[in-house]
Amino acid sequence: MPSNPTPVAEEKPAVLPDEAPVSAGSATGSTKIHAALTRSSTGSADLRELESGLDSLQSDAIRKARVDWSRILLPVAALVVLIIIWQFYVSLGLKRRDQVPGPMDVLEQFGTLWAEGSLQEAVWTSLQRGIMGFLISVVIATPIGLLLAQVAPLRRAFGPLISGLQVLPSVAWVPAAIIWFGLTDATVYFVVFMGAIPSIINGLISGVDQIPPQYRSVGTVLGASRFQMAVQIILPAALPGYLSGLKQGWAFSWRSLMAAEIIAVGGTIGFGLGSMLNQGRDLADMTIVMSAILLILAVGILIELLVFAPIEKRLLQRRGLLAGSTR
Amino acid sequence: MPVVLENLGKRFGEGAPVLDDVNATIGKGEFVALLGASGCGKSTLLNIMAGLEVPTSGALEVPSDGAAFMFQDAALFPWLTARENVELALKLRGVGKAERRTKADELLDLVHLAEAGDKRPHELSGGMRQRVALARSLAQDRQLLLMDEPFAALDAITRDLLHDELERIWKETGRTIVFVTHNVREAVRLGQRVLLLSSRPGRVVQEWNVTEEHRTDAGLAGQLTGVITARLREEIRRHAK
Repeated sequence: MPSNPTPVAEEKPAVLPDEAPVSAGSATGSTKIHAALTRSSTGSADLRELESGLDSLQSDAIRKARVDWSRILLPVAALVVLIIIWQFYVSLGLKRRDQVPGPMDVLEQFGTLWAEGSLQEAVWTSLQRGIMGFLISVVIATPIGLLLAQVAPLRRAFGPLISGLQVLPSVAWVPAAIIWFGLTDATVYFVVFMGAIPSIINGLISGVDQIPPQYRSVGTVLGASRFQMAVQIILPAALPGYLSGLKQGWAFSWRSLMAAEIIAVGGTIGFGLGSMLNQGRDLADMTIVMSAILLILAVGILIELLVFAPIEKRLLQRRGLLAGSTR
Repeated sequence: MPVVLENLGKRFGEGAPVLDDVNATIGKGEFVALLGASGCGKSTLLNIMAGLEVPTSGALEVPSDGAAFMFQDAALFPWLTARENVELALKLRGVGKAERRTKADELLDLVHLAEAGDKRPHELSGGMRQRVALARSLAQDRQLLLMDEPFAALDAITRDLLHDELERIWKETGRTIVFVTHNVREAVRLGQRVLLLSSRPGRVVQEWNVTEEHRTDAGLAGQLTGVITARLREEIRRHAK
C-alpha cells in the first residue's frame, strides 16, 4: 500500500476539517493530517496562514543594491593606464612626432578645435544625423521585423536577403547613393539606413525565435488576436533580443555614418566627425585625425553607457536575468 | 454537459495513434482527474479540449467560449508583475481598464497572494507562481478549467497545500475542472471521478468515483489509491517486452 499517513498532533479529539471552526493564528484546529491523500489544512484561514508562512520561507530576502565604485573606478583606471602607455611610447621617440603625436599634442589640438567651434559643430552634426538616422531605421525596421518573424512565407522569401544585407558593408552603398542623391544629406541617411535597418530586423527576428513556445500557447489560450499576440506578447517577450538588435543597429548606423562622411565631402553635406577626419588627412595633420578618432569613439561609448546600458540593465533585472552575470 | 468526447482519435502524421476511441462525458461543475502513465496522450487530449490541437477523428463538444488552461510550468510573462499577468488575461477578454485592477486584486486575494501583486515572476517561489497562474486562468472566466499537471514540478509540502487550495477554489467558483496528472494520489486527492487512460494508444480504460468519505478518511483513500495503482501498473506491464 503506497499510502503513508502520518498523524500529527493527535492529542485533541479529531474534528472533521470542514466543520472545524478556525480562527486565524490559533492552534485549536489540530486534526489528523494525512498529507497527499486527504485534506491537510483545516479551513480557509488556516490555509491562508500556512501558505503565507511557506511563501515567506520560499522567497529570497530582498538584497539592497549599493553603488558599486569598482564599476566606475576600474574603467577609469584602465583608461589612465592606456594613456600612460601611449605617452611612454611617444617619449621613446621611435617615430617622428608629427606622425605619432602624444596625448598632450592631441589635447592641445582639441583645445584649438574647440576654440574654433569646429569640434562642437562636427560632433553635433554627426550626432544629430546618427540619432535621426537610427530612429527612422527603428521605425522602419520594427514592423518589418515583426512581420517577417510572424509570417513564415515572408520570412523564407526575404530572410536570406536581410541576413545578406547585414553582411554587406553599408559603405558599399556610398557610390550608388552619391550617383542617386548627389552630395546631399540624403546620401548620408541612405547609407545609414542600409547599415542599421537589416541589423535591427535581424535582432528582432532572433529575439522572436528565442521566445519559449509556451508563451504563444498562453496567448492563444487567453484568446489573443493576431495583432494582440504580436504587440502584447511577442514584442515584449522578444525585447532582450530586440534590444541587442537595436544596439547593433546603432553601432551600424554610427559606423556607416562615419564612412559616408569620410567619402562624401562637400556639396550640401554639413561638417561632421567623418569630414573632420578627412580634413585631417588632407592637411596631413595627425593631431586632427587622432582627435576625430577619439571623438568618434567617445560618442559611441557615451551612447552605450548613457542610453543602452541602463535600459538593458533595467530590462534584464526586471526579468530576473541578471543574477550571476559579470555585468 | 460541458464536455463530451466521442470516439476521439489523434495521430501525428503517419505515426501510431496517440489517442484512439476516447469516450468521456464531464458534467458541469465536476472535478475530473485524468490519470495515465507517460506517453498516454493525456496532455494531447487536454490540448484538444483547449482547442490548441485538432483531433484526427471523432467528435468533441466543449463550451463555445472555450476553456481556461493552466500549464505545468506557470508560464507567467516575466516582463509583467503578478497583477499585470492576471490583468492581461482580463484585458484580452475585453474587460475595461478601470475594472481590471479591482478584478485582478480580487483574484490574487482568492489565491492568497494579495500582497504579492507588485512582485515579478522571478521573485516568486514555484508555488506562488502556480497560484498566480491559477488566478490568471480564473481571470479568463470560463466555465471549463483545464489543468495540465500544474503541480508536478512543486515540492511535496507546497503541493499538498495547493491541493487544499485548489479544492477550496473549485468549491467557491463552481468551475468544471479537468485535471491531468500521472500521480495516483493526486488524482484521488482531487478528483470526484478518476479516469484512467491507457498508453499507446490512449483510451479511457476504467473510471472510479471518489466520495466525500475519501477526502477525510485516509484509510479509505489509501485503499482506492492502491486499487488504481494496481490497475495502472497492469496497463504499464502490457508494454513490457
